[in-house]
Amino acid sequence: MNPHRKRAKTVDRVDSADSALVSSESTQMRPFPSKPLSVDRVKSVESSESGRMRPFKDKILFVDRVDSVESSESSRTSQFSDKISGFDRADSVEARVDSAGSTRMSRFPDEVLERVLALVDSHKDRSAVSLVCKEWYNAERWSRRHVFIGNCYSVSPEIVAARFPRIRSVTLKGKPRFSDFNLVPEDWGADVQPWLSVFSTAYPFLEELRLKRMAVTDESLEFLAKKFHGFKALSLLSCDGFSTDGLKAIATHCKNLTELDIQENGIDDLGGHWLSCFPDSLTSLEILNFASLNSEVSFDALEKLVSRCKSLRVLKVNRNISLDQLQKLLSHCPQLMELGTGTFMQELISGPVTEFKNMFSNCRNLITLSGLWDATPLYLPVIYPACARLTFLNLSYATLRSDELSNLLSHCKSLRRLWLLDTVGDKGLEAVGSCCPLLEELRVFPADPFDQEILLGVTESGFVSVSRGCPKLRYVLYFCRQMTNAAVATIAQNCPDFTHFRLCIMNPGQPDYLTKEPMDEAFGAIVKTCTKLQRLAISGLLTDRTFEYIGKYAKNLETLSVAFAGSSDLGMEYVLQGCQKLRKLEIRDCPFGNAALLSGLTKYESMRSLWMSACNVTMNACRVLAKERPRLNVEVMRDEEGGDDSQANKVYVYRTVAGPRKDAPPFVLTL
Amino acid sequence: MDQKKSTLDLFHDLDLATELRLGLPGSNDQPEIIKTSLSGNKRSSSEMGSSTCTDEQESRFSPPTKEQVVGWPPVRSYRKNILQVKKTDSDTGSGMYVKVSMDGAPYLRKLDLKMYKSYEELMKGLQVMFKCIIGLYSEREGYNGSQHVPTYEDKDGDWMLVGDVPWDMFISSCKRLRIMKSCEARGLGDCV
Repeated sequence: MNPHRKRAKTVDRVDSADSALVSSESTQMRPFPSKPLSVDRVKSVESSESGRMRPFKDKILFVDRVDSVESSESSRTSQFSDKISGFDRADSVEARVDSAGSTRMSRFPDEVLERVLALVDSHKDRSAVSLVCKEWYNAERWSRRHVFIGNCYSVSPEIVAARFPRIRSVTLKGKPRFSDFNLVPEDWGADVQPWLSVFSTAYPFLEELRLKRMAVTDESLEFLAKKFHGFKALSLLSCDGFSTDGLKAIATHCKNLTELDIQENGIDDLGGHWLSCFPDSLTSLEILNFASLNSEVSFDALEKLVSRCKSLRVLKVNRNISLDQLQKLLSHCPQLMELGTGTFMQELISGPVTEFKNMFSNCRNLITLSGLWDATPLYLPVIYPACARLTFLNLSYATLRSDELSNLLSHCKSLRRLWLLDTVGDKGLEAVGSCCPLLEELRVFPADPFDQEILLGVTESGFVSVSRGCPKLRYVLYFCRQMTNAAVATIAQNCPDFTHFRLCIMNPGQPDYLTKEPMDEAFGAIVKTCTKLQRLAISGLLTDRTFEYIGKYAKNLETLSVAFAGSSDLGMEYVLQGCQKLRKLEIRDCPFGNAALLSGLTKYESMRSLWMSACNVTMNACRVLAKERPRLNVEVMRDEEGGDDSQANKVYVYRTVAGPRKDAPPFVLTL
Repeated sequence: MDQKKSTLDLFHDLDLATELRLGLPGSNDQPEIIKTSLSGNKRSSSEMGSSTCTDEQESRFSPPTKEQVVGWPPVRSYRKNILQVKKTDSDTGSGMYVKVSMDGAPYLRKLDLKMYKSYEELMKGLQVMFKCIIGLYSEREGYNGSQHVPTYEDKDGDWMLVGDVPWDMFISSCKRLRIMKSCEARGLGDCV
């Protein structure tokens, strides 16, 4: 294709500004064909220069997800001169491309390219695509419909809106994960309103919004409901700041609502009236999840809603819905794929198995079952007819014992995912091992996490039994009170495909209870054997050796959670040096200090974030980090109790193209 | 620059009185100290560890695991609350027995909270059962003029001073009782 013509075409899209800048750098650094930028390349680019003033360089740094949204420097208005110079570069690039011999890519008209790229879903792939060359960058940004923002402060809504003009769906995550465990003070931030304000003009046709750990107010929910006329799907997980009044606004105004998914939020539950706000004309609902709300809704309104929404495939009700109410609901929506029951017991005349024997007989599509509050052995058989098809069974709110679980699981041959309470004990886990050979995910939650006197729950032997019977396990979350190195080594041998291994020995710093040694060898075995490991959470008594193993072997590790572990700075250093793909590192109560923090100086920009609390880091070290790396936000949270001002008790470091936070509360210092 | 300081130096900068060791039993000579600091937003029972009674220090070091730490185990509050609710539901009806421990006593006792209608009655019952003196409650100072202080664990897993909330609220949220020595409990009243 004639390079001149191509250039003319892309001049039309000059509002994107940054495109040229990316392409020029990327092809200079690496001959055609371009591969997705790896961390190695990021480092090499960085080492040659520093500081914010070189706009071209900014673009390369952030590779995956849209905390990688590039911006045209800091100002939004067009800098025409920049663009011109960009084009000069782009020309030379194209010439180079042509001379390299492979020119087929440059022959696609933009529209065709957009069509093809529209089929690319994965964010990582899209990021890679956008780095190939200018045309691809443009085609990608115009064809992108869904944007994923893993850290709401890594980018600003204005930057997102400038780069992606046609977004229909946004996923936004806010607070650091440890906020789930009360380690982040209230009013920390992550307010969704600034995003909604920008989106109301940039994406008036926004259809989906998925928020995790964001601060959401009723006013924001009302704004969302009223300003976005085609809005369809809202999912709120672990958010806080709103009440059921906000849900009322959604139910009332979103005429095309297909999804309302409210999970585990800090919500002010003022009553169940919100459900009655769905108008009679609303028939589009496909997903409704209000399992975590406590107040009673009008059953009449719910029944009518379920009856008229013929496409309903996910229904998760709350505990107030009784068994016979559930039966009525199921009679209206036999097409359900996912069901969360209400309370699973009731006073009956003839007994549950006779009264409810047909409850599930018509639900031929049911593959997920949850809820089951208060389920007892008398009532569980009601679900047996549905068990054979189930792939996901969530029993984490049912305090079952081992025999009850055994009986149930003997019917569940197809299970892929199982969530349990540790009341089932090791014997219950033996049943898991023998009944569920296809199991890929197991989560065992503690029924009584703070009761330290009782040695109940599950132990290492239950975990080993599961690993013997379920070689396909890839995701495990396991809370226990005792563990041994030998057991974990066996588990690793049995299940080499782990991608997510989260082991929580509930007493901090507890050694192998048989040998009294640290649990280093356990996690060593995991990282050596499970080469696909992406996520790891460690616990128990751990020395630097654990981290040495992790740094040496866990080459695919992306997320690491550490608590009460390590002996010296070396621990953290091993991980920062060795884990090339590390994106999220969260650390609490470890003896890692300034040397450790600063050893990651060149690494943090290739990660999403770092959290360190109750470690040994001082303010001075944080200031050094902030000064050396202007593209990171280094935030320190002040303790209310005063204390030593030179210690930095809670440190949150993350890369950003949006600069320091403008909405930081007084207790958050950006250095 | 701070980087030059060794790790051990940094340790010594800290107030060792609030430190708990997690070293292996009998391993005092190990140069690698595994430190935990129990600071956080809410000073729950971690306050109990930082006592000013020196004779308490030694007994504190052996099982640090008995202390509760903020945000640990890492269970989301939503899940914590659900299960607590379940447990107290099963308590209603046939008496409300809670465990009562007293520091220094060889075994625990169980007490039916439903037998009492007020804090005064409860205090009397505790004093009889454990042969101790509890003293008078005041909002400002907690329990003054006595060797022992009654505390309880509530639904959230936090350790609270008995007497702050109305009796009915106390009954519904009390999971277990612990009678502490008052020198140890002083941290509770002074802070917050």
